[in-house]
Order: sequence, then C-alpha cells, then structure tokens
Amino acid sequence: MAVDTTTGTSTGTASRASEVHAQLRGLDSLDAADGAPRGRRLWEAAWPKLAAAGLALLAWQGVVWSGWKPSYLLPGPGPVLAELGRQGTTPEFWTAIGITMTRGLVGFAISAVVGLALGVVVAKSKVLRSAIGSMITGLQTMPSIAWFPLAILLFQLSEQAILFVILIGAVPSIANGVITGVDYVPGLLVRAGRNLGARGLALYRHVVLPAALPSITSGLKQGWAFAWRSLLAGELLVAIANRPSLGVFLTQSRELQDTTYMIALMITILVIGIAVDAVFAAVDRGIRARRGVATR
Amino acid sequence: MTALTLQAPAPEQTVAPAVRLEGVTKRFGAVLALDGIDLDVQPGEFVCLVGASGCGKSTLLNLVSRLDKPSTGTVEVAGRATLMFQEAALFPWLSALDNVAMPMRLAGVERSTRESAALDLLDAVQLREFASKRPHELSGGMRQRVALARTLGTAAPVLLMDEPFGALDAMTRDLLHDELESIWATRGLTVIFVTHNVREAVRLGDRVVLLSSRPGRVVEEWRVDAPRPRRIEDPAVSALSGRILTALRAEVARHGR
Repeated sequence: MAVDTTTGTSTGTASRASEVHAQLRGLDSLDAADGAPRGRRLWEAAWPKLAAAGLALLAWQGVVWSGWKPSYLLPGPGPVLAELGRQGTTPEFWTAIGITMTRGLVGFAISAVVGLALGVVVAKSKVLRSAIGSMITGLQTMPSIAWFPLAILLFQLSEQAILFVILIGAVPSIANGVITGVDYVPGLLVRAGRNLGARGLALYRHVVLPAALPSITSGLKQGWAFAWRSLLAGELLVAIANRPSLGVFLTQSRELQDTTYMIALMITILVIGIAVDAVFAAVDRGIRARRGVATR
Repeated sequence: MTALTLQAPAPEQTVAPAVRLEGVTKRFGAVLALDGIDLDVQPGEFVCLVGASGCGKSTLLNLVSRLDKPSTGTVEVAGRATLMFQEAALFPWLSALDNVAMPMRLAGVERSTRESAALDLLDAVQLREFASKRPHELSGGMRQRVALARTLGTAAPVLLMDEPFGALDAMTRDLLHDELESIWATRGLTVIFVTHNVREAVRLGDRVVLLSSRPGRVVEEWRVDAPRPRRIEDPAVSALSGRILTALRAEVARHGR
C-alpha cells in the first residue's frame, strides 16, 4: 500500500512510517464518531410539555364544571386567561414584573458572586471546610421564610430585607454546588494538570473549576430556585410603598377576593419560573454535550 | 531461575545521565514500596521497567516526575520529566488542540504561538485533522495520541510513561509502538516506560529492567540489541521476551511460597 518516495537513504524506515500512518488513518476514520442528526428535536421536546399543559387546563376546567366551589371563588381557565390577556396590556402589570425580576436577578447575581467565592474558599481550605461546611448544608435546608422576621427587624420593610433573605436562601446552594463539584473532580485530571505544570491558582482556574462546572451550574440552578422562592415570600410580607410587584399584587388580590386576577398572577409567576429554568437547562445541556456526557 | 544474566554493559560515556536514582527508598506507612533503587538512564535512552503488580513501578515514576518525594535516597533529573498515564486524562471540556496547547498556556506562551505549536504536535501524532474534536469524539487510541502530543507540549526532555497502551487493542497498540518509536528517535527524548507486557518492553526498549515486588528492587536488566525498527513478532524480540518472562515468573512465584 505504502508508496516508497524516499531517495534511497533509509527506504525501509520511510516506507514503514508511511505504512504505519496509512493504517492509523484508516483506524481513525473508522473510529471517528458520527454526529447525530438534528431537526425535529424542538418539536420532540415541545409536544409533551404542550400536552401536559393542555391536560392540566382540562383537569382545572373539570373541577370548575363539577361545581365544587362557586365560580367567583374558583374561576375556570377561560376567564383567568382572559384576565391575563387584559393585564398584559396594562403598564402596571409590566412594571410589577420588572420590579420583581430586577430584585430576583440582582439578588441572584450577588448570591452567585458570594456563593462561588465562598464555595471555592471552603473547598480549598480544610479548616474552613470542617468549620462551616456542615453549616452551609444546614442553612440550605432551613426555609428562608424563617429569616423574614429577623430581616424585617434588622432592615425594616425595605429592599434590603428582601435582598438579605434572597442571599440567605441562594448562597448556600451555590456554595455547595462548588464544594461538591470540587470534591468530585477526578484525581487523575488533577494529577495530569499538575504534571503539565499547573500549580495553585492556575490549577484551580484551568483544571479544577472547569472540571467542576457541571456541578457548579446545578448549584446555580438550585440557587435561583431558592432565590425566586425567597423573593416571592418576601414580596408577600414586605410591601414597600410605591413599589408594585407580583407579590404585592398577589396580596391585593387576596384582600379584594379577586381569584381570577390572583390565579392570573400565579400563572405569570409559574411561567417566569419555567422560563428561567429552561435557560439553566439549556446551559447545562450545552456543557454536558460538549463533554460527551449523555443527556437523559 | 535460569542462568541468563545478560547485564547491560555500562556504556563508556562521560555524559551526565538524564535520570539518576541513587539508593531510593519509598515507604507508605508500614509498606515499603521501593527499596534501594539505583538506576541511571542515559540521555536519549529508552528504558522499560517491567514487573508484577506491587513492584512500585508507578511509585517510581511519581518520584521521577516530582509528584512525590523519596523517603530516602536521591532522584536527579536533568531538566523536566513529564508523565503519561494509562488513561489519556484529557480535559473533556477542551478540544484536542486546546488540550495539547494546555502545557504551553500554563507556561505563559501566547495564544497564536501555542496554537500553531499544538497543531504541529498533533501533526506529529497524525491527528491534525482532529484538532477541533473533543476527547469524547475520539477513540481510545486517538485520545492516547493526543495525550502524547500534550505531554510533548511540555517540551520536557524526559518522558515517563505509565502503561500508556495498556488499555488499547493489539492492533492500535502495535501502531502506537511504531509511532512512539519514531517520535522518540526524531526528538531525542529520554523515555522511561513502565509496562506489564514483556514483549512490549522488548519491542520498544534499549534496556529492560525487571523489578521485584513488595518491596520493589532492581532484580535484573537486559540490553536489547535487536535492530530498530523492530516488530513485536520479530524472533529476536520473542527470544529475549521469553527469557525475561521466565525471570519474571520466577520472581512472581517467590511470593507464592
């Protein structure tokens, strides 16, 4: 197979080499992984979700039709969706969503910075780990709403009170994601990194943290869930004058016994939650796909 | 044990050895892993270490690569020594190119320089067209070649290999023997290659060193005089392999008593 092109000095060696290269190439092309075909993926991912939403609406309508509660207490999907459409045209509704989302994103961003830093520091230091490692896990299991009385006394009914509780809720999850991720970095990769000349911070930056990224992302995702819950709980308890928010509207709708409006707000909150989760899921899928970790 | 001492004649060189171990002992708690190892490896020499499980081969490589320190004795290495493992240990979040470029990145080489150098290294292991692939898209043999290219990227004159082809199929392994031999020759590397496979050791090495188990000691060593390039099925390779295997078996049997 191999074509001998040498000028006679080391003919045997050269033809041997090209023969070896030809065989390697053959094996490589046999081994190269094929890319899976795309297309239809979007629809395949979407239809079960749409079907589930449809079934949920149907079940809801069924309960309404059964006459279990009068319709002014439990309206059906029709009036609620109509109400949602009407609210969607009012600027107050969007202002409230804007304020709630801003609080959520700012709180989450600060939590992410604090949580990632805390996670790295605790993961690196044995002393800190034994000192506050279990406390972080403990904080994570404590319902953040239990912090509100204290937050209100410390910060009054203010943005800071809400922010404080968001941080308390989200930081432990995010820090724990980092710690778990660092713990599960394969020792072989760390050895390989050190062997290639990575020490101290460089080892963290180029090997440990990238290797821990999937766990860090799931910590962030969980952190967002805690932040979002704390935020809504906070908005129900901490109403600030001239600051309309989803939580404030929810409280108002209860006071006005306007369940149609209330459920419309709840659907809004649910949809926001699903949308943010979808972002995290997409990031997570991207990370896994790049590393060849099978998704589901 | 059969009488087959074919001690490597001490080459009459004045050059300083690339790697010198003198009276090296390594203890892990109560376990003595290495006991009084004396070993000189000349620059450009290809030395294979063989031995049964527990002979401290990997410990020895860790000492030479400075991932670990000897309990007593000295380890001297002229320049840097880098280690290659049985598993490729590639970074799964990086492409083949970025994996190969990593040691240069850590050394502070600027991007365009290190990327073209990494491409050249991938070329040396016949994987240039796979530069953008990630490790999971490559076969085991290809990953091991990327790992070899990455190790070469450290520009260390001494290459330590810990059963690098142990997990590969026979055909791929044969091809990688050829590939490694030519890279070793063209780059003038010093290689210490650890393996369970005696034939592989004879196929590749200038010298084969047999270590005993628990504790690891140098039992015997053989110079391989068969001309290169060799093939694993060459009669000369088979003959010497047979003799070394007999010695290895005797060494293993000693533990059964």
